[in-house]
Amino acid sequence: MNVTFYLSAAVAVLATVLAITRPNAVHALLYLIVSLLAVALVLYTLGAPFVAALEVIIYAGAIMVLFVFVIMMLNLGAQAAEQERKWMRLGTWLGPALLALVLVGELIAVLASAGGQAIAPRPIEPKQVGLALFGPYLLGVELASMLLLAGLIGASHLGRHGRLRERKGGA
Amino acid sequence: MADVPMAHGLILAGVLFVLGLAGVLARRNIVFMLLSIEVMLNAAGLAFVAAGSRWGQPDGQVMFVFILSMAAAEVAVGLALALRLYHRFKTLDGDAVCEMRG
Repeated sequence: MNVTFYLSAAVAVLATVLAITRPNAVHALLYLIVSLLAVALVLYTLGAPFVAALEVIIYAGAIMVLFVFVIMMLNLGAQAAEQERKWMRLGTWLGPALLALVLVGELIAVLASAGGQAIAPRPIEPKQVGLALFGPYLLGVELASMLLLAGLIGASHLGRHGRLRERKGGA
Repeated sequence: MADVPMAHGLILAGVLFVLGLAGVLARRNIVFMLLSIEVMLNAAGLAFVAAGSRWGQPDGQVMFVFILSMAAAEVAVGLALALRLYHRFKTLDGDAVCEMRG
């Protein structure tokens, strides 16, 4: 199981690096899906099978399908990838990348010096998660449902408003 | 399951978070920025789960579920905004909306 953790962690980091550097949007999305699947495997090895399943179903499934739909609707062609390549000159990303590298170096140093308590060998069952979710965290669930409703209404409003205004402007 | 130290899980979460941060800072395309924000949210959730399973408590996974629903709402609104931006300015450049005159 240890090997699984480190291998999938390496795959996740590598796929994420590729995802944020590809000029082609669809390639970046596919690498991000690989990264999310690797993170799901990491979650499973950490003893969280319920969350690993949610990661595959919602992140790699639903959210990435949303991205694919939008990229298809935008109809980005070869010139979009060319534009991305132009935007991603060395000077553009070198500064942020170096500063982020310093930050992650500090983070690793701090965490590595904290010592290594091993993670509990017992996985946390979905039943426990459900009991916590609908017991002490019930208010949070209600708030999350309201947030999702607000997101739904907001997305539908933003999507429809534009067409109405454009039609009005054209008339 | 795996007897990896909690610090290694947290280091993985930190590395993924910083990769997402670098993506947000370096890219100009608004779709790629949303993609990088997804990476960052995912890394935050991973940190919660790693810490939660260190103590054998389900609270970390509960937080992951909340982060997941937040990410879903955020990406729906964000992508709708990206579509509006593209229809209005015919570009996905985040700098195109630098003048906010209402």
